[in-house]
Amino acid sequence: MSLSSYIRYTFRDAFRSIGRHKGMAFASILTIAISLFILGSTLLLVLNSQYLVSTMESQVEINVFMQLDLDRQDALAFQKNIEKIPGFQSLEFVSKEDAMSIMQDRFGKDTDILKSLAGVNPFPDSYRVKAQSSESIAAIAAEIEQFSEVESIRYGKELVDKLLDFTVWVKNVGMAIIIGMLLAGLFLITTTIRLTVFARKNEISIMKYVGATNWFIRFPFFLEGMLIGFLGAVTAGLIIYFGYGSTIQYVIKSVPFLPVVADFNELYRILAVLIIGGTTIGAVGSVIAVRKYLKV
Amino acid sequence: MIQFFNVTKKFDNGTLGLENISVSINSGEFVFLVGPSGAGKSTFTRLLIRELLPTSGQIMLDGKSIIRMKSKEVPHLRRKIGFIFQDFRLLQERTVYENVAFALEAVGTPNSEVKKRVPTVLEMVGIGDKYACFPEELSGGEQQRVAIARAIVNNPSILLADEPTGNLDPSTSLEIMKIINDINKRGTTIIMATHDSESVNKLRKRVIVLNKGGILRDELKGGYDYVIK
Repeated sequence: MSLSSYIRYTFRDAFRSIGRHKGMAFASILTIAISLFILGSTLLLVLNSQYLVSTMESQVEINVFMQLDLDRQDALAFQKNIEKIPGFQSLEFVSKEDAMSIMQDRFGKDTDILKSLAGVNPFPDSYRVKAQSSESIAAIAAEIEQFSEVESIRYGKELVDKLLDFTVWVKNVGMAIIIGMLLAGLFLITTTIRLTVFARKNEISIMKYVGATNWFIRFPFFLEGMLIGFLGAVTAGLIIYFGYGSTIQYVIKSVPFLPVVADFNELYRILAVLIIGGTTIGAVGSVIAVRKYLKV
Repeated sequence: MIQFFNVTKKFDNGTLGLENISVSINSGEFVFLVGPSGAGKSTFTRLLIRELLPTSGQIMLDGKSIIRMKSKEVPHLRRKIGFIFQDFRLLQERTVYENVAFALEAVGTPNSEVKKRVPTVLEMVGIGDKYACFPEELSGGEQQRVAIARAIVNNPSILLADEPTGNLDPSTSLEIMKIINDINKRGTTIIMATHDSESVNKLRKRVIVLNKGGILRDELKGGYDYVIK
């Protein structure tokens, strides 16, 4: 047979069959769209939780108070010691004068704190140190504490511990949900495809009887599955794209302090994965589903 | 030429399909397979298109073993054999024309050829005017004609018929038998499993009586009557 007539037949058959089984095709597209939509939303949710956690992590600070009698030069020189510690991210020097004025701000203009303290500034010079992740905070704090220049350190130990637990929880639960959704989606999609193929098992068996080769039978199903998978994935992708965009805008407006992933490159990556995944599952699923009926 | 050499088919559940059958059918012959249900008629036809493989024995078609054939070659074997069924097995959502064209398309016949051959063969089985109908709009006899058209449109050398008149009334059965007989006259080998005693007695062709998987009788110009001991 000529290749061109084969290709023409295959494409025509795939489209015709979608036209003939409109209901079935629509149901499959919808199933794939819903499955991928749930999967995509879960991915975004997990992504945002992780982003939230990492933003919170980056806000946790260690307050390092220097010895009260340490002179300014030594206090400033101490910066090098902190910077050498692994896991360190950034630091900010707070002089005793800065500390005083921060305190003054807190009490308001009506009280002159310095006066009430009889002109003595009780604050030491200090550093605010940030770690790369909450996991390294405890280690960094312990290391800094060993220097003799340091009077004391303070950080939200409990907060860090909780945050640490939460980070692990988000990672594990997120992973579990994604895997669960992936499996559920796969199951749903392959079941639908199996149903579409089952509806056409007579056609397949007649094709076998008249002597069609297996590839000849398989290929229209392959194309059809691919098309259905693609359409389902694009539907899911569009809903996620517009849905996420407006959700983000709403969140930014109404809860501005809540960190969200507004970087659309992440979103595009997820959409690409959904579309490629949906198309592949559709095509491969169809071929696998047909295989059962080819053994005549 | 079809040759069965000591063919035995035992099914996995222990049922005996055929037992030690040897028979040969020449090109152009018309053979009725008769016998009670479960005698092995369907097993015989299914072995011939290699839907089943025998437990032992050899089956040859035109001097070539069907048993040793690679599964890749099976589609080509089936293109030499047309198959019609008691229940017609038409695709309900396709028109008469499409049902017949399907058999040609499935083996990659160019479109121009399909357009020529389908009307010719529909004319031949007497439903040239029904090409746009859907199967459910046709009577049983007409549906079987579509099935016959589909089976012979590829010009197979053998036509296998598994009780093709089983669902039809006597007068329609005769019409179908006439069509099948005409196909035989043009040189196609016919192997027909049937319970239709009237057709068998009227046509006086070769009759192979099967019982419990064995050949009870094999007569040229035979009749339907047989006694199961």
